[in-house]
Amino acid sequence: MYKIVDKKNLAPNIFSMDILAPRVAQSAQPGQFVIVIADEKGERVPLTICDYDTEKGTVTIVVQSTGCSTKKMAQYNVGDYFEDFVGPLGQPSEYVNEDINELKKKKVLFVAGGVGTAPVYPQARWFHERGIDVDVIIGAKTKELVILEEKMREVAGNLYVATDDGSYGFKGMVTNLIEDLVKNQGKKYDFIVCIGPMIMMKFVCKLTKELGIKTIVSLNPIMVDGTGMCGACRVSVGNETKFACVDGPEFDGHLVNFDEALRRQTQYKSEESEKGGQHVCKCQQGGAK
Amino acid sequence: MDRFKRTPIAEQPPKVRSHNFKEVCLGYTEEEAVAEAKRCLNCKNPQCMTKCPVSVNIPEFIHEIAEGNFAEAAKVLAKYTALPAVCGRVCPQESQCESKCVLGNKGDAVAIGKLERFAADWAREHNIEVATAKEKNGHKVAVIGSGPAGITCAGDLAKEGYDVTIYEALHKPGGVLVYGIPEFRLPKDTVVKHEIENLKKLGVKIETNVIVGRTITIDDLFEKGNYDAVFIGSGAGLPKFMGIPGENYNGVFSANEFLTRNNLMKAFKDEYDTPIKVGKKVAVVGGGNVAMDAARTAKRLGAEVWIVYRRSEEELPARVEEVHHAKEEGINFELLTNPIEIVGDEKGWVKGIKCVRMKLGEPDKSGRRRPEPIEGSEFEFEVDTVIMALGTSPNPLIPSTTKGLEVDKRKCIVADESGKTSREGVFAGGDAVTGAATVILAMGAGKEAAAAIDKYIKSKYTN
Repeated sequence: MYKIVDKKNLAPNIFSMDILAPRVAQSAQPGQFVIVIADEKGERVPLTICDYDTEKGTVTIVVQSTGCSTKKMAQYNVGDYFEDFVGPLGQPSEYVNEDINELKKKKVLFVAGGVGTAPVYPQARWFHERGIDVDVIIGAKTKELVILEEKMREVAGNLYVATDDGSYGFKGMVTNLIEDLVKNQGKKYDFIVCIGPMIMMKFVCKLTKELGIKTIVSLNPIMVDGTGMCGACRVSVGNETKFACVDGPEFDGHLVNFDEALRRQTQYKSEESEKGGQHVCKCQQGGAK
Repeated sequence: MDRFKRTPIAEQPPKVRSHNFKEVCLGYTEEEAVAEAKRCLNCKNPQCMTKCPVSVNIPEFIHEIAEGNFAEAAKVLAKYTALPAVCGRVCPQESQCESKCVLGNKGDAVAIGKLERFAADWAREHNIEVATAKEKNGHKVAVIGSGPAGITCAGDLAKEGYDVTIYEALHKPGGVLVYGIPEFRLPKDTVVKHEIENLKKLGVKIETNVIVGRTITIDDLFEKGNYDAVFIGSGAGLPKFMGIPGENYNGVFSANEFLTRNNLMKAFKDEYDTPIKVGKKVAVVGGGNVAMDAARTAKRLGAEVWIVYRRSEEELPARVEEVHHAKEEGINFELLTNPIEIVGDEKGWVKGIKCVRMKLGEPDKSGRRRPEPIEGSEFEFEVDTVIMALGTSPNPLIPSTTKGLEVDKRKCIVADESGKTSREGVFAGGDAVTGAATVILAMGAGKEAAAAIDKYIKSKYTN
């Protein structure tokens, strides 16, 4: 059992929770994720790591309550326990093993979309702690869905916010903003890390391919065990089949077959209506990654 | 009584059981077990034992059953195996112990497996304590994985007085017994849970949700955990795919995914959250026990099912009993048939499978006749789900995070017969070493390794 020691409401239906899991906190690195099971009958829900504190032994997760499992999780409060919490899973971000002096010469842009802002935070912080200021774009539908802005500002170099409806910051999609930065403001980036909804990552990669900027994406496909056993998370990367859970979750976005990945995410959508009886909700939403 | 005829055993009728997940075989009654046990000739030189990977004294436990001493029978078994109720159900007895029974020369071999199961079930139902641990000797051993190899190794070491902790990556202990083998062959809440409880009674600690190689490493176990030795029984969990076109269409699953959703996550029960997708027409590719398990699970979830296998019935790697049960339940068999492409609709969902007919040529390295495609025999049939049951390979995570741990070309950990690896104090056994095999072989390896670990630690502290 894993205790919830803090909970914050970040935006409508978006919560952050600090979970007591010292071993996971000790081992977590940027780019990795965890699997959470709310109660005995719950699904294994993959969630990205938003923060980790080795002293307190806590790991912060961000949950957007959209599916039945994430709605269930959102009802938990400080002092409650999740049944299971396992991680860190997946490969750490590639740059973690890069020569730090080489890395310091590079200009990096992070593009976060919606709850994808959560996993971007520990990555930006990792750079900040090593004296590298990265640029960060936070994209959201509207102002009230922009999350973690203050925390991000503490660790980012330039922080840009884009909202679809223009209620806050730049008006438009993150792709419009990237274009503006690179084409109009003369910004140069050696690589981009983009984490958000699959459809956003697809269009960011389409654009950055045209711009010739290497782009890393973090995929959030359907998973069961998260340890390489089930293969539900398979994704085509450069015509090779990879398992996002053990080979990823981060991949070269220019090689990912996004149309297939988008299609595979819908595999369990229809199950929701097929289930009879009192328990009608067997939707797999993949959580708030 | 006809000595050469096996005592029949009750089973759920095929038409009933193909709609539920309850156990197929109902087991012997006391009278039936005694009658079957009395068929045993109690050979002076029992050949059955020579084919048992854990060398159970078979005539001895059967003799106790024949005498009506069921608790004694269970105690005899406990000396050799930590999982008699499991082995009695899932061991391939027909190719092991029972294949050597002298009665088999003229008639039916003694039903050794069914008797083993009877004794273990009887002891469980009557709360008989079968195993005890020696006083603690102060040495710590870590066991990675709580499948058959890990359970056996941990149990044997705990009995010797070691302080044993099992680290399990999933949220429930049992490994393949829990995620792989379905309820209708191996009941979880009664049989598997009880075996795990027995292990805990011996003092073994089990920590779930710990992925060695990610949450902690083998170096951590030695340096921070102060373990004297580590046993790796992490199994072979990675599913194989064929590499044919269309394998990533929606509706193509590995048997591991399909079975894990159903068995570990209990998707077949309405009150559990995990969904499962079965469709109306299912092709299961492969001919092993896992293929049979996936096919029979799909049938129980309401689908019409075809097994697609490239060799003939004779070469099916699955147990004869499983194939027989599958046929009784109405599973269709497309033998000498190999998929070449999965066909999808415009939205990317499976709508059919393209296959080619095969013929058997000359024997290959495995001694089985090599299947060869018959030119021009390509055909397509309509399915909406394809389940790939082509075998599994070991997870590379532990070797890739453990310095000095050698692996072979197939990414299996290199270990000698006693389980010793290239790294001092690290032992390994089961599917992690051999690649996908059987429960009993993994148990045999766990047993060997426990003996080797005992020897290793004792010699380290006496010199």
